[in-house]
Amino acid sequence: MEILEILLTVNFWAAAIRIATPLIFGVLGALLCERAGVLNLGIEGIFTAGAMAGWMAVWMGCGLWTGVLVAALAGAIFGLLHAILTVVLGLSQHVSGIGITLLATSMGYFTYRTALPNVSTPPRIVPFQPLDIPVLSDIPFIGPVLFQQTALTLLAFVLVGVVAWLLYRTPLGLALRAVGDNPSSVEAQGLSVRGLRIGAVIAGSSLMALGGAFLTMSAFDAFFFGMVNGRGWICIALVVFASWQPGKALLGALLFGAFDAFQIRLQTEVGAFVPGQVFLMMPYLLSILALVLVARKADYPRSLLVPWFKGQR
Amino acid sequence: MTQTKGQAENGSVVLALDNITKRFGSLVANDDLSLSLKRGEILALLGENGAGKTTLMNVLFGHYVPEEGAIRVADDSGVLHELPKGSPSAALDAGVGMVHQHFTLAENLTGFDNIVLGTESLWQVWRSRRALRKRIDAIMHESGLTVDLDVKTAQLSVGEKQRIEILKALYRDVRVLILDEPTAVLTPQEADGLFIILRRLAASGLGVIFISHKLGEVLAVSHRIAVLRGGKKAGELTTASADKRSIADMMVGRAVPPLQRKPSQIGAAVLEFDQVSLKRGSVRQSLNEVSFVIKAGEIVGVAGVSGNGQSAIAALVSGLETVDKGSVRLYGKPMKTGDPRALVAAGVARMPEDRQHDGVVGSMSVAENIAIEDLHGKEFQTAGFINRKAMRKRASDAIKAYDIRCQGPDAQARLLSGGNIQKLILARVLERSPKLILANQPTRGLDIGAQSEVHQRILAARDRGAGVLLISEDLDELFALSDRLLVVHTGEVMDAGPAEGLDRGSVGMMMAGHTLQVAS
Repeated sequence: MEILEILLTVNFWAAAIRIATPLIFGVLGALLCERAGVLNLGIEGIFTAGAMAGWMAVWMGCGLWTGVLVAALAGAIFGLLHAILTVVLGLSQHVSGIGITLLATSMGYFTYRTALPNVSTPPRIVPFQPLDIPVLSDIPFIGPVLFQQTALTLLAFVLVGVVAWLLYRTPLGLALRAVGDNPSSVEAQGLSVRGLRIGAVIAGSSLMALGGAFLTMSAFDAFFFGMVNGRGWICIALVVFASWQPGKALLGALLFGAFDAFQIRLQTEVGAFVPGQVFLMMPYLLSILALVLVARKADYPRSLLVPWFKGQR
Repeated sequence: MTQTKGQAENGSVVLALDNITKRFGSLVANDDLSLSLKRGEILALLGENGAGKTTLMNVLFGHYVPEEGAIRVADDSGVLHELPKGSPSAALDAGVGMVHQHFTLAENLTGFDNIVLGTESLWQVWRSRRALRKRIDAIMHESGLTVDLDVKTAQLSVGEKQRIEILKALYRDVRVLILDEPTAVLTPQEADGLFIILRRLAASGLGVIFISHKLGEVLAVSHRIAVLRGGKKAGELTTASADKRSIADMMVGRAVPPLQRKPSQIGAAVLEFDQVSLKRGSVRQSLNEVSFVIKAGEIVGVAGVSGNGQSAIAALVSGLETVDKGSVRLYGKPMKTGDPRALVAAGVARMPEDRQHDGVVGSMSVAENIAIEDLHGKEFQTAGFINRKAMRKRASDAIKAYDIRCQGPDAQARLLSGGNIQKLILARVLERSPKLILANQPTRGLDIGAQSEVHQRILAARDRGAGVLLISEDLDELFALSDRLLVVHTGEVMDAGPAEGLDRGSVGMMMAGHTLQVAS
């Protein structure tokens, strides 16, 4: 059957991984924040800010990697703001996060419009190019799928390992997991609850911004309005789907990438009979379904959403 | 053991608290307190709820910053150094370890992870699990604190969690170990095990501070006793020279009056259970054709091992459950079960088992909590709006009459200690001159002073003519208060007859499920 043959093409799998890449960055970022006990709904806006900042830096003449750093820095700044509001002041994490999404998105658009007031077609940059790694890229099937991607995609995969190592193999990761579970345990052992949480939110927000940067500097070569298009929200759902584990987060992102790549190809097959919107809906419907099946058993970080104050009775 | 370090010898001072004063707003929790602890010594810090024990220890451990005073801890060679205030990490570094009353464990982590948390440099990219594990195993072996380190602590029993907490402290080479009400959550067997371990730890050179309000265990385990009252030190003495009576009086600040029982004036039946059955899945919640009568002017005690139907009886009398079969009569008339408002209106006073959770709304004020059952009555309403002035007036009166220690009618109920919450509940329900009182575990977790007050109040209500249903797991309390005893076992109720002259052995047998022919 033609529809199933799609699953066997190199092209499909390469696309799935490309689509999954920004989600991997985003879901790792959200995971870091939430493991420390802070929900960061600023993610959607931080994506936009990262996409905008990275692209703008390159357009103004910086190198691609400098652009990536600028994007991460933009994410860190919004992360710091979220941390001040939720960790230091103990305000509602939902409200602060949504506020940051609105703020960061609007600031991104505003900066773009201010810098380019009279442009009708978005200017292009030279984005990251697919890699050509000796030997690895030449492996049949796996080579083109995994190793002819851009450097940012590989970075995303490497970061999954780094975050997993950090969480489970280092004392810092242990402290992070503990602070999201019961801040008192961390305080009683002489560590700083605030320090850990602020650090986690800043680092996580930087990762989210990289997801945005991938969009303008690798997947596309320009900045468009509305280009983030709900990817941040998908990451929030994927963290739950992944039970806050980096490995499962990678799996979830890839699954979503595969659904999305599949629906695009399905449209060309049966698009004549079924309206396109149905296909656009499909990955989201499937992620809701996956959430229902998986997340009911999920082990939440116990103090997620709970602010902590020193000496409180 | 590893904590036997330095040249300092047993008997040298390891910790000195000098003139500590700590205030919360207008409340002086610690008033110019001084205390010292020697190596190898178990010092019991005794006092009623709210006497300032826990506050003092939180000051020592750096959770609170004291307004005045200094804390000095000995170093390896026995020289005392002043501790920076308000820094748990400084306290830990100086060798002060604390086992909090409410455990500070990350429940999703294993015992091992909880113990080593924060002991390694955070910037290490590698955890040397094997070496750490070896060290913990050695400590477990020497102290006798064995526990499974590889499961999530959420799966451990309370006693096991406490062992993890003690191991956390020992792992850090503490010189001073503070235990805040360590036995409150333990079974008697677990408590005995803990005492053996504490003695062993003290013998190895550790200074131990043991916070408690239970006299018996303090006399059994400590070397020296310091009594706190109202934030001040009420006295200090060696355990060898102490007796129960004198420390009890020292704690309460006055002689604790023995209970005075007058002969009861039995009246008409106030509550009748007739073949009542309730099936709610588990045995805990079920009753099987239960019949009993409570008359005006008598206290009927319900004895039994926890989870044999007590909560089902309480839920029915509280109006939280409806019967499946049988009937309940109140003052001789059929009572509609499952209607709490009607029950309250009919003059039923309810003292719930879990007073923090079911007895008060923690985030509401003392005044609101006292008025809550009467809100739809005339007393607290003007033209359909709440009359806050009347509410606060009633609360101020109740605070005086019932000696509720709090910052005033507007204080949040959750900030009150267990004993004061119980007094608040008493003030709420007794002011209505109830005809039936459900007292479910009325003194569990309370100190001697509060216990005595609750008992006096219940007896007074009975002398006034109320019928009292007293559910308790404390046989002493049941025998001291009850006129008649019932025993529950697996959802069935047996009548044990008048409490006077009843022997404990036979009640114990009935609690275990033996039906006895009680000799009259």
